[in-house]
Amino acid sequence: MTDLTLGRVTADRERLLALLQEYGVYLGVVVLFLVNTVFTPHFLSTENFRTQAVQVAPVLIVALGMALAIGSEGVDLAVGSVMALSTSLLSLYLGYGPGIAVVVALVGGAVVGVANGSLIAFVGVQPIVATLALMVAGRGLALVLLPQLKDVHDPAMAELGSGDALGVPYVVLIAAALALLVGFVVRRTTFGRSLLAIGDSRPAARLAGLPVRRVLILVYVCSGVLAAVAGVLATARLTASDPSSLGNLMELSAITAVVVGGTPLSGGRIRIGGTVAGAVLIQLLTTTLIKHDLPPSWTQIAQAVVIVLAVYAARERGKR
Amino acid sequence: MTTDVDIPVHAKDTAEEETAGAGRSERLSALAQQHGALVTLAVAMIAASLSFDTFLTGDNLENMALSSAFLAVVALGMTFVIITGGIDLSVGSLFALGGVLAAWASQYGAVAALLLPLAVCGLIGLVNGLLIARSRLAPFIVTLASMLGARGILLSVTDEGSKTYLVEKGSFFARIGQGSLLGVGVPVWITVALFVLGAVVLRRTRFGQYVYAVGGNEDAAALMGAPVARTKISVYLLSGLCAGLAGALNAAWLASGVTILGSGMELEAISAVVIGGTLLTGGFGFISGSLVGVLLLKVIQNVINQIGSLDSAYQQVVSGAFLAVVVIAQTWLGRRRRVL
Repeated sequence: MTDLTLGRVTADRERLLALLQEYGVYLGVVVLFLVNTVFTPHFLSTENFRTQAVQVAPVLIVALGMALAIGSEGVDLAVGSVMALSTSLLSLYLGYGPGIAVVVALVGGAVVGVANGSLIAFVGVQPIVATLALMVAGRGLALVLLPQLKDVHDPAMAELGSGDALGVPYVVLIAAALALLVGFVVRRTTFGRSLLAIGDSRPAARLAGLPVRRVLILVYVCSGVLAAVAGVLATARLTASDPSSLGNLMELSAITAVVVGGTPLSGGRIRIGGTVAGAVLIQLLTTTLIKHDLPPSWTQIAQAVVIVLAVYAARERGKR
Repeated sequence: MTTDVDIPVHAKDTAEEETAGAGRSERLSALAQQHGALVTLAVAMIAASLSFDTFLTGDNLENMALSSAFLAVVALGMTFVIITGGIDLSVGSLFALGGVLAAWASQYGAVAALLLPLAVCGLIGLVNGLLIARSRLAPFIVTLASMLGARGILLSVTDEGSKTYLVEKGSFFARIGQGSLLGVGVPVWITVALFVLGAVVLRRTRFGQYVYAVGGNEDAAALMGAPVARTKISVYLLSGLCAGLAGALNAAWLASGVTILGSGMELEAISAVVIGGTLLTGGFGFISGSLVGVLLLKVIQNVINQIGSLDSAYQQVVSGAFLAVVVIAQTWLGRRRRVL
C-alpha cells in the first residue's frame, strides 16, 4: 500500500520535473512578467515594451547562431568579436553607401565563420579552442581596423536603428524574422536535419553519408553572419562604432539564452522557441534587478545562478 | 612551433625498414610536440635580441619576467585542469577578485592579505569542482558561470568597481610583490618555486598520476580504482588557489587592487598551456611547457611593443593567429602519432 502510493508520488514528481525542464523557461518568463506587472511601476507601458524588445534583439540574434553551433555539439566563442569586427568594417566602408557597408560587414562575419568551421571540420580542433583563437584575433583585428570609437552619421543607418513599421522597431522585426527563419531551417530543411544528426553523433552521421564537413562549416558561417547582423543593428542603434566594447561578453549572454532555453550542450537538439524565451528571461531578470535599484553586480551573480540551475536541470533530462 | 618535421615516409622495400621509418617519424612528432615551443622561444629570443638593442637589457628582461610571473601562476593551475580534460574559464575573474581582496585585507597584515584571497578563490574553485565532478556538469559552462559570479562579487565589494583599495607602502605585503632577492623579483622566485613543486607533484606523486589517468580515459581510471571525482575536485580547487594567489601577488606588486585586470586572462592562460604542448583533449601535458608558453606569449607582446609603430591591438591578432597555428600543428602531430 505504502509502496504503491510512494511509487505514484515519485512518478508524479518525475513527470512534474520533466514538465518543468521542458517548459520551465516559459514559466520563468511568465512569473517574472507577473512580478514586474505588480511590483514595478510603469512596467505595463508600450514605451517599456519597446525598450525591452529593442535591447533583447541583438542578444537574441546572436543566440540563434549560437543555438546552431551548440546543436552541432560545438560552441562559438567568437561571436562577440565578430560583432566588433562588423562594426569596424561597417564604419570603414560607410563611404561607399550603407548597403555596401552592411554587405561588407556581413561578409566579414562569414569569413570568420569559414575560418572557425575549417579549423573544426577539416583540422579537427575542438570548437572551444578554434573559436577562442578567432575570438582573440577577431577583437584585435577590429581594433586594428578602427582604433577608437567613431560616430556613424548616416540617415539610412539611423533609420534602421531607431525607425519602426506600425509601431514595431525594425530591429525587433528583423530579430523576429530571423528567429522564424532559423526555426524553419532547423525543423524543415535537410541542412537542419543533418546538423542535428551530426550533433547527436558525428561518426554515425559520417557513416550515414552526410556531408559532415560542409554542414559544420555552414553552421559556423551562419553563426558568424548572425553575429555580424547583430553587430550592424547594435551600431545602427548606438549611431556609433565602438570596437573595443561592442559585443563584450556577448558569447556569454548568447550561451546563457540557449542553455536556459533548454538546448542541451551535448548537441543533437535545438529549441528555437526556448532560445527566444531564454533571451527574454535574462532580459527581464536584468530589468527587474535594475528597476529595483539593485547594482549591476547582482545581475551578474543572478545570471550565474540561473545558468547553473538551467544546466543542472538539463542534466537530469539527459540522464533519463 | 616547428613544423619542419615532415619526413615523408616513402614506400620502403622491406617491412622492417618501414617500421623503423615510422618509429623515427613518430619520435620526431613527439619531440616536436614536446619541445617545439622551447625551440620557437629560443628562435624568437634570438631574433628579438638581434633586431632590438633594448631587448636583451637587464631592465627589459626583468620586466618580462615579472609580468610573466602572474600569468605563469595562473597557467600552472590551468595545466592541471586541462590535463584532466577540463577547462577553467573563471581564472581571469578570480585573478581580479584575488587582487582586490588582497589589497583590502592588507590593512590587517600580510598573512590576512594572502589568506583571504586564497580562501575565497579556493572556495569558488571547490564549488566549480563539486559541480563538475559530483553533478557532472560540463566544465566549460560551470566555469563560465563562476566567471560571471566572481566578477559580480568583485563589483559588489568595490562599490560597482568605483573603489580601488591600496596596499600601504613599505608594508611587508608590498615588499613581497616589489622586493627582490639576488636581483630577481620575489614574485619570480615564488613562481619558479611553485613550478618546481607543481612538476614534482604531477610527475612524482600518486595524485599526479591520477590527473593523467582521469584525463586519458575517465572510465578506465574509475575502473582502475582512481578517485576520479576527488581528483577532478582537487584540480579545480588548485586552479582557483593559483588564480587567487597570482591576483594577490599582482596586487602586492602594483600596490593596489585593480578591478579591471584579469579579463581575458583565462584566454591567455589557456593559450600558454596549449602552446606549451599540453593537449586539450586531456591525458598529455607537462608543467614546463606551460612556463615556456607563457614566456613565448610575453616575448611576442614585448616585441610588438618594441616595434613602436604597431598598435597594441596587433598583440591580440598575433596571439590569436599563433594559437591557431599551434593548435593546427598539434592536432596534425597528434594524428600523425596515432596513425603511424
